[in-house]
Amino acid sequence: MLNYIKSYLDSTTTPGQAGNMFWASVYILLIFLGLSVAVIAMNWLERKILAHMQVRLGPMRVGPHGLLQPIADAIKLLIKEDIMPSQADGFVFWVAPIIVVITAFTVFIVVPFGPTHAVTDMNIGVLFMLGVSSLSVLGIVMAGWASNSHYPLMGALRSSAQMVSYEIAMGLAVVSAVLMTSLNQTGTGTLSMIGIVQSQQAQQVWFAFKFFPLGLIAFFVFAVAMVAETNRAPFDLPEAESELTAGFHTEYSGFRWSLFFLAEYSAMIAVSSIAVTLWLGGWLRPFPHLLSGSTWDVVFSLLPGITFLLLGLIALVGVFRMPKHPYFRVQTIGLAGFGVVLGLIGLLLFLPPVRGRIQDIFWFSAKVAFFMYLYIWYRGTFPRYRFDQLMKVGWKVLLPVGIGVLILTAVAGVLL
Amino acid sequence: MPQNYVPIFIFIALIGILIPVTLLAAKLVRPENPSKEKLMPYECGIDPVDYSRGRYTVRYYIVAILFVVFDVETIFLFPWAVKFKALGMFGLIEMLIFLAILIVGYIWIWKKGALEWV
Repeated sequence: MLNYIKSYLDSTTTPGQAGNMFWASVYILLIFLGLSVAVIAMNWLERKILAHMQVRLGPMRVGPHGLLQPIADAIKLLIKEDIMPSQADGFVFWVAPIIVVITAFTVFIVVPFGPTHAVTDMNIGVLFMLGVSSLSVLGIVMAGWASNSHYPLMGALRSSAQMVSYEIAMGLAVVSAVLMTSLNQTGTGTLSMIGIVQSQQAQQVWFAFKFFPLGLIAFFVFAVAMVAETNRAPFDLPEAESELTAGFHTEYSGFRWSLFFLAEYSAMIAVSSIAVTLWLGGWLRPFPHLLSGSTWDVVFSLLPGITFLLLGLIALVGVFRMPKHPYFRVQTIGLAGFGVVLGLIGLLLFLPPVRGRIQDIFWFSAKVAFFMYLYIWYRGTFPRYRFDQLMKVGWKVLLPVGIGVLILTAVAGVLL
Repeated sequence: MPQNYVPIFIFIALIGILIPVTLLAAKLVRPENPSKEKLMPYECGIDPVDYSRGRYTVRYYIVAILFVVFDVETIFLFPWAVKFKALGMFGLIEMLIFLAILIVGYIWIWKKGALEWV
């Protein structure tokens, strides 16, 4: 059994390509679990970071420093009454959140966490990912239409107009990244996600820094468009709570609402991982040439463990800063346990057989985590756009910039 | 290869089963006592005035039409981008002509005011 797993870990293709459907299913389950954990963690982190940006404390009551708050929320949502408005279109109302979740999750099939750590790798990976992620508009419009209420309909219309407008800028930025993959000896590029990262490895540059500043501008266009595509602040007009209460999911409650929540956060993670794959070198570690050599290799391979040890240390510092009152005894013990678990994970990552294999996943996750922090930072910093400003940015700024960068990249690619 | 695409169906099947099952399982633990007021469309406590699926501004249709034009254009660019270096100067000029035609249309749309949202 152990040998079977080990032989699998050393294989050189993804399970989908090898036709190994058992391992593909295992990967799918792992992604499913990982995404759920990531969404729960993101929920807590967003509240905490946003609170500290606004000089508040955020959740503090449920568990030490509110660590159990997302779980308490999940239980609350599960046992909450599920209301469907009397005039709603029942079937469409029922199926809309499922469509949104399926589209948000299915993108992860082609996301490469490492050269072999993806469910499958197809030669149209980028197109697949663009197509599937744009399908979520369908679910949102269905949700707004089926609710038969003014706010959801307005929110759905706004949301679809916004997502549709920014998708063009997004697509143009992606084309210029695909164009860069073809600048090699054979003259043929690739649309496969793993292939794109490998061609960044071969060209020894992340595409965000290729043809400086052209790659950076294309990356910037994508970074703006992806915030608009996921309906997040400062482009969160569809759910502008001061005007539309909650946008397209006003009429949804309980577990169905939490499906929209899950879909929103996994869509954020999905577009961030696409940006990382296309422009920031996917699983590649930073400075492979400047900081090369066996010493640096060891240092970089120790980083995942060090990260987890530091997180555990932060938790242990929190233990000593807990109030010394019997009321907080359980919370203090819980926080200490959390810190010890994090530290043990860190120590596990130091083991040589794990150390070599975890690196790709670590760098990929670290880059995605950076984007997730940016999302929270935007929300804490920028005021919301007005709708006409939003359309103006999409159609009159990002679209011409996208086309211009594409043409300039093409000219540079032919001449250089 | 076709086997690359099989995991998509596994994934959709998994989520398509898992979520309805969870929704139905949650039915066992959650309360269910609807009333007329509770099932009304939410309108900040006021009785809904009319049927909500009414008419809305034509701008949304224009955005949808423009999206189709420009998105198809983007899709046309992908095969060229993949073969970009192999096609070389010929491909570049060809694509510049294609983009020029499109940009003329884009400027026309802009001057017509289809991109304004007032």
